[in-house]
Amino acid sequence: MELICPAGTPSSLRTAVDAGADAVYCGFRNETNARNFPGLNFSPEELAEGVTYAHRRGAKVLVAINTFPRAGAIGLWHQAVDDAVKAGAAALILCDIGLMAYTAEHYPGTRLHVSVQAAAANVDAIRFYVERFNAKRVVLPRVLSVPEIAAITRGTACEVEVFVFGGLCVMAEGRCSLSSYATGLSPNMNGVCSPASHVAYEEQHGTITSRLGGFTINKFGSGEPAAYPTLCKGRFRTDLSTGYIFEDPVSLDAATLLPGLRDAGVTALKIEGRQRSRAYIENVVRSFREALSALDEGRPIPAGMLRPLSEGQSNTLGAYRKTWR
Amino acid sequence: MTPSHTSTAAFPAFVSAALRPLPLGPLQLFLSAVLRRIVRHHPRIFDRLGAHAGKRYGLAPSDLPFAFVLHTAPHAPRIVVVRSLPERLDARIAGPLRALIGMADGSFDGDALFFSRTIAVEGNIEAVLALRNAVDDAGVDVLREGAAVLGPLGQFGEALMRHQRNRSTADRPGSTASGSGEASSWN
Repeated sequence: MELICPAGTPSSLRTAVDAGADAVYCGFRNETNARNFPGLNFSPEELAEGVTYAHRRGAKVLVAINTFPRAGAIGLWHQAVDDAVKAGAAALILCDIGLMAYTAEHYPGTRLHVSVQAAAANVDAIRFYVERFNAKRVVLPRVLSVPEIAAITRGTACEVEVFVFGGLCVMAEGRCSLSSYATGLSPNMNGVCSPASHVAYEEQHGTITSRLGGFTINKFGSGEPAAYPTLCKGRFRTDLSTGYIFEDPVSLDAATLLPGLRDAGVTALKIEGRQRSRAYIENVVRSFREALSALDEGRPIPAGMLRPLSEGQSNTLGAYRKTWR
Repeated sequence: MTPSHTSTAAFPAFVSAALRPLPLGPLQLFLSAVLRRIVRHHPRIFDRLGAHAGKRYGLAPSDLPFAFVLHTAPHAPRIVVVRSLPERLDARIAGPLRALIGMADGSFDGDALFFSRTIAVEGNIEAVLALRNAVDDAGVDVLREGAAVLGPLGQFGEALMRHQRNRSTADRPGSTASGSGEASSWN
């Protein structure tokens, strides 16, 4: 299985390649990608340099253009496709069918990967992308169990990529409106979930209060691990109880499921975290490279090694093991 | 193995007490020289800061009796040593000095330090992220830049600090060196 690793900056790209990534995914410094955060991402020139660096070391660069174009502003997204192809991207990761059509028509030799933002979670949807746009790979949303993934790989010849570590979107990605509701900005259209421009932290007597768009979404007591200020991992008071009504603030870590994912026919394993630092990328990529070596050699796969880097300092298997069913 | 990122090997309280009566002037001169070197070696930092170039950041080492105001004006960046941070700042980042340095040189992950409550941030969070990402991309080796300013004595001090950090890491289960050869855990 290939190891697909994140890079938010040129330094991160080099770190990921050096740590053992088979491919690195990244995006441009604008709203065409779903990690449009301040200080992150690549200019076309930086991307071309990154591609050269990766190729010299036997790695590939995939470019995520995985937001939905604004009406009347399609030029920015077309330019992103043009620039990525020109830079030598090994594949484009797309979610919008119009952009897929543009890419398939203008660059038929370029590999097209269906982004997780497309929320293609069944064989029929994947078949549509393959037949219509010659998609070669689909990144599955994080709402499927391992047996459900196995059923999909049996039903399509399209390569399947799944997330194995990092921030955990618990919603059907590309269709989640929680961030839009609170801030008017979303990962789908603007490339930002819970944008930093709308986040406020206030610390009093050891307790941190986090707010998003004026909504208080969590309070962390003294010494309690903190989390990202996303609504889906907020702690709310309802008529029934007070707590995490969507998902606890945890990170996905599916290292122990690698044998099952391999047996399910998965082609590639994706690490989330383009917004994270070089330290995160180096440690997570090395850890999963070691896990894959252990898998190949029949050794036990170390578990829980990456908890210090995880949101809330804890991990979950997410929907891969749906204990709530 | 992964650095723990949990809090913290802060300097002992006696260090802070010993430093408290010292005048800030020499430290101010030293840090200004370090900042000039950093800007000279990493000019792309300001490009990554984008619209946030020019913001004023308060950096508060929680284990030292002084703090720093970093003004990221592209043509005239400056750092000012203060006894306590002023009110009017764009953002504040607080935590043990080693955490702040470790974020700059790539030894530590800023989000993980936040998750573990080792660092705290307030103010314009967009500006904080821009600075964090710009510095992380640049890979600012603060220890090396500081040592270069001090000359041969600084190089000895740098070697000593790296040795101590690596040794403390090796003694501790669950930790490893990373980044620019730094020890990466300081529980």
